[in-house]
Amino acid sequence: MKVSLFVTCISDAVYPRVAEAIARLLARYGVAVDLPPVQTCCGQPAYNSGYWQEAREAAKTILDAFADSDFVVSPSGSCTGMIHHYDKLFEDDPVYLEKARVLEQKSYEFTQFLVHVLGVTDLGAVYPHKVTYHPSCHGSRILGVKEEPLVLMERVKGLELVPLPFAEDCCGFGGTFAVKMSDISGAMVTEKADHVLESEAEVLVGLDMACLMNISGHLQYRNEPVRVMHLAELLYEGVKQT
Amino acid sequence: MSAAQSKPRDTVKERAELALNNAFLRKAVKYTTEKLRGGKQQAAEEHGNWEAWRERGRQIRLHTIAHLDYYLQEFAENARANGVHVHVADTGAEAVEIALAIAEQKRARSAVKSKSMVTEELHLNQALEGIGVEAIETDLGEYIIQLAGEAPSHIIIPAIHKNRQQIAELLSKDAGETLPPDTTVLAGFVRKKLREKFLEADLGITGCNFAIAESGSMVLFENEGNARMVTTVPETQITFMGMERIIPSWSDLEVMATLLPRSATGQKLTVYMSGITGPKRQEDGDGPEEMHIIIIDNGRSLQLGDPEFQELLNCIRCGACLNACPVYRHIGGHAYGGTYSGPIGAVLTPALQGNVAEWDDIANASSLCGACYEACPVKIPLHDMLVYLRRRKVEQGYSPTLERWAMKGYAAVMSSSVKLQRTLKLGKLGQKLVVRDGVIKARIGPLEGWNRYRHTPGLPEQSFRERWETLEPDIRGSLQEMDAGMKERMQQLVRSRSEGNENQGKRDSSEGESIRSDAPTAYSGKRNSDRVDREESGVNKGKGGGNHG
Repeated sequence: MKVSLFVTCISDAVYPRVAEAIARLLARYGVAVDLPPVQTCCGQPAYNSGYWQEAREAAKTILDAFADSDFVVSPSGSCTGMIHHYDKLFEDDPVYLEKARVLEQKSYEFTQFLVHVLGVTDLGAVYPHKVTYHPSCHGSRILGVKEEPLVLMERVKGLELVPLPFAEDCCGFGGTFAVKMSDISGAMVTEKADHVLESEAEVLVGLDMACLMNISGHLQYRNEPVRVMHLAELLYEGVKQT
Repeated sequence: MSAAQSKPRDTVKERAELALNNAFLRKAVKYTTEKLRGGKQQAAEEHGNWEAWRERGRQIRLHTIAHLDYYLQEFAENARANGVHVHVADTGAEAVEIALAIAEQKRARSAVKSKSMVTEELHLNQALEGIGVEAIETDLGEYIIQLAGEAPSHIIIPAIHKNRQQIAELLSKDAGETLPPDTTVLAGFVRKKLREKFLEADLGITGCNFAIAESGSMVLFENEGNARMVTTVPETQITFMGMERIIPSWSDLEVMATLLPRSATGQKLTVYMSGITGPKRQEDGDGPEEMHIIIIDNGRSLQLGDPEFQELLNCIRCGACLNACPVYRHIGGHAYGGTYSGPIGAVLTPALQGNVAEWDDIANASSLCGACYEACPVKIPLHDMLVYLRRRKVEQGYSPTLERWAMKGYAAVMSSSVKLQRTLKLGKLGQKLVVRDGVIKARIGPLEGWNRYRHTPGLPEQSFRERWETLEPDIRGSLQEMDAGMKERMQQLVRSRSEGNENQGKRDSSEGESIRSDAPTAYSGKRNSDRVDREESGVNKGKGGGNHG
């Protein structure tokens, strides 16, 4: 049974601690992940900007990397969601189209894999803090990951989950959108951070480091001490304590 | 004039800037969109079977558009049999000419109008004024923006960008006396004023929410009763109808009448729903002596047969995508630069005109979050369409040079992990110039706009890949035995996959049984509408659900 880590470029380059938390958590259930070296980026920045030829260059590395994996786990609903666009991206390429269909079936966002494949909802973690949760758009809307993270957090001892007002509103990241339309994006992340502060949580968790980089970058800019982390990091910290 | 509008001179960025710097506008738009989407969400929950009805709505629209020629023919024949003059216009200009000819033939001096987005698309009011016919908007919100000399900034709530104080000032000027910013007083003034206009109008002009093919009827949804006045008092009625407004039967209307008001305003039923089948008959107490329906193409048929955009014609103009959109929420409708705003406008405006290149920039004003699709009562994949528009722009060679180079660079780096590693190493060296305390604050290069609102994390010493060499043996050393049940479950998943059962083990938690064994906790991502400051809110701004066809 080959379980591979789709590490995603942002987690590989900027947030290695998130991928490490996932690898360590899965090892506790007997899953030894492998890391196919040829993977780079899912292609989303180019795909969303309309540069599909360029997107295919990146996407092919993902399709090649996981060709012989049984399960592919990623720390991002958005990057896993991108795999769901591969059938459109490769509609004129029968070889990669077939690979795309196969990969879509076997790829999972981290909490999907934990809850639906391993059947784990209680990791025995302890985390006595006030936490709020931002449901990233692509994970919740493309993949339908809505309850999984909530169920996992409910079972963490000591964790107080407080509601995030307008939680389902986009944080304003949107990839190249944040660069091209920086003022609109800035208005969106400002409001998102306002809501995080309004929740009075000590910790903000999510399932997508791009969105969390956006929100935490803005909180830091405002000098607000809210801790921002991926749910996998929280769970790993929580089980290390026990 | 082959298309409804020419391109505005400024960019979406510049127009958005105006809105972002207008605190009144942002507050007013937020207040009303929050109320509307909250109402919609509640109405959908109370309905109890929303997703199934949404799918049914989508199917009705898909079927109708796939057989549009058939249903249009059926509609036109039946309407003519009812005594309606049916006209067909390829362009907006043709539609306007037809209407002006009718007005001239009737020697009309004034026209009362109920709310209609298609007549906004055609700039009908200006054309009528041009031949000396006074056109009066009778929907409260439309009346307000007509006074202001503006265009609607929302499909359902035209004056959504104005607050109560601003509206009181406009209406005071109209009244010639100072009116207090009190909803009852303001609405009372407009009501009295419009009553006289209704009585003296020669023409009643409407849009059309739905046209029923089986009986040749047209249906209007509204909340103020003004559309009913428009279609009963004047001697001549002219209805403008986008060619896609059609549905096959009255039983299909039941589905639409369930979806539209709930999606638009959160109402279970619109206050007035009028089905009109031909002009006044002998036994009727009221109604127009003469009735015209002008069926308008104006770029709609360009979508037929286009697999990426045909579903645009499924739109029922409820405005739910505007209310759900986190971008619209901050920039309002005028920033989109066209008649239709929000996510639907960002796609519809370039699509109707077939000139993607000139309108490309509004497709960029989206983070592609998908809230529009989730809100849409007929499930139009607007977030995908925005990407298709961007792609067409690139394919047609209209993308900025710098962006093209950047994307070529991206492809070169991401086409191989070796190149990616090399680039990251360079990045780690280069960042030494700009990283302070682990973050980059300098507003340089592509970080110029980004860093105006954020700090950017620096790259850590080691990437995950580099760390993996030492991490992997360490993790393997701590590997636990896998539970037998878990192993069996995983093997079963792999087997069922090869048997063709897709998405095994990926239950969408929004459908089907819950993954919880106990009751849900208090947590939910629901909005907290009580937080909203009610002070700066508008009056009801022509409370929505008007005939927006």
